[in-house]
Amino acid sequence: MSKVFQNSDLAIADVFESASIMLGGFGLCGIPESCIAALARHGVSQLTCISNNAGIDDFGIGILLKARQVKKMISSYVGENAEFERQLLSGELEVDLIPQGTLAERIRAGGAGIPAFYTPAGVGTEVAKGKEIREFNGKLYLLEYGLTADFAFVKAWKGDTMGNLIYKGTARNFNPMMATAGKITIAEVEELVPAGTLDPNEIHTPGVFVQRIFIADKNEKRIEHRTIQTESHAG
Amino acid sequence: MLDKYQIAQRIAKEIKPGSYVNLGIGIPTLVANYIPQSWNVTLQSENGLLGMGPFPTENEVDPDLINAGKQTITMSVGASLFSSADSFAMIRGGHIDLTILGAMEVSENGDIANWKIPGKKVKGMGGAMDLVASAKHIIVAMQHVSKDGKSKLLEECTLPLTGIKCIQRIVTELAVLDVLPEGGFKLLEIAPGHTVEDVKNATEGKLIIPDNVLEIELD
Repeated sequence: MSKVFQNSDLAIADVFESASIMLGGFGLCGIPESCIAALARHGVSQLTCISNNAGIDDFGIGILLKARQVKKMISSYVGENAEFERQLLSGELEVDLIPQGTLAERIRAGGAGIPAFYTPAGVGTEVAKGKEIREFNGKLYLLEYGLTADFAFVKAWKGDTMGNLIYKGTARNFNPMMATAGKITIAEVEELVPAGTLDPNEIHTPGVFVQRIFIADKNEKRIEHRTIQTESHAG
Repeated sequence: MLDKYQIAQRIAKEIKPGSYVNLGIGIPTLVANYIPQSWNVTLQSENGLLGMGPFPTENEVDPDLINAGKQTITMSVGASLFSSADSFAMIRGGHIDLTILGAMEVSENGDIANWKIPGKKVKGMGGAMDLVASAKHIIVAMQHVSKDGKSKLLEECTLPLTGIKCIQRIVTELAVLDVLPEGGFKLLEIAPGHTVEDVKNATEGKLIIPDNVLEIELD
């Protein structure tokens, strides 16, 4: 069976009510724009979204928040979204804030078949509430659990028909781990090539982790903070 | 009193040539401007870049290349790119030599609060908890007193904590101080034009004043 789908709507057509979805990206960099737009058209709600950030008001996961499709966000930093703030304060939205490294490792562990691990992040803080604490070599660590999801939406630069992926720049971020941790991983790529075209030495995500692949119908790549040299303080 | 650029300039003097350094958002980002190229310092950005260069020119802007503050950035010679899991393996695994970050409060036993103000907008901790729990050496850039005159160097933090017993050195507009392992802020240097008395008045936590306190030197 081919992994190649014709477009984003077909690739995400079976995402169901209350599904859990991992979405790659850091800020607006490396987010699965086409999948998010298709999910907004698809219309299911009560979703649990696992993503480092929650987009901005009119882009990224912000689009799903505005359409009231998200029940819960699992993230590390959500500072740039007014609609997110409003829904959180009104109790419409649940949020689970997790230290960024812990979030990355929970997803990596989930995809790698590791049920739990110990990490020092959050010891002595409110993050440690209700968690097992254990001492190793005189230092305290928290028990954290691996994380998987019904679907993972990832964005890659290049992909092939076998689902092998190559990311570009810092658009890699959470995408490689999420690709391993989705029961169904859907990759949107800027360029889709026949198997055998990409150099196997340069593959970041082996195709075994990817169930579906399609050519992104959106590559807007909006920039959150366009910062150029003249704006910085010359030292 | 030092301005934010001078705080950054003073902190840059703490960086050892050849080291790997993570710079937080705010004043720490400015530190990069004061690191001479000849030092061969490599900057890490926790979203997946080792070897962060200066901000791009208009023509160099690449939406697929940003720093942890979501600003467009360039790569320096010898840069590498990786996932967030690998990035925090560098941090958690103790491979990054120095972390420089901002703080809202630091306590005399080295606790830090810098991620949440109850009743104010919820943002999240980002990578701050991972960084403070794991870094080999942490320097904090912060204001000594708040806008309404309250000390931010405290006996105990009042805000939700980011990490405990993890801060070694603090640079403020007034002074350079060390947090001693047994507790207390040890005064090392004072900003030009200020006195030990000024630092005493601005520090709520236990302040240890050695015989030889230097004046902060900026080249």
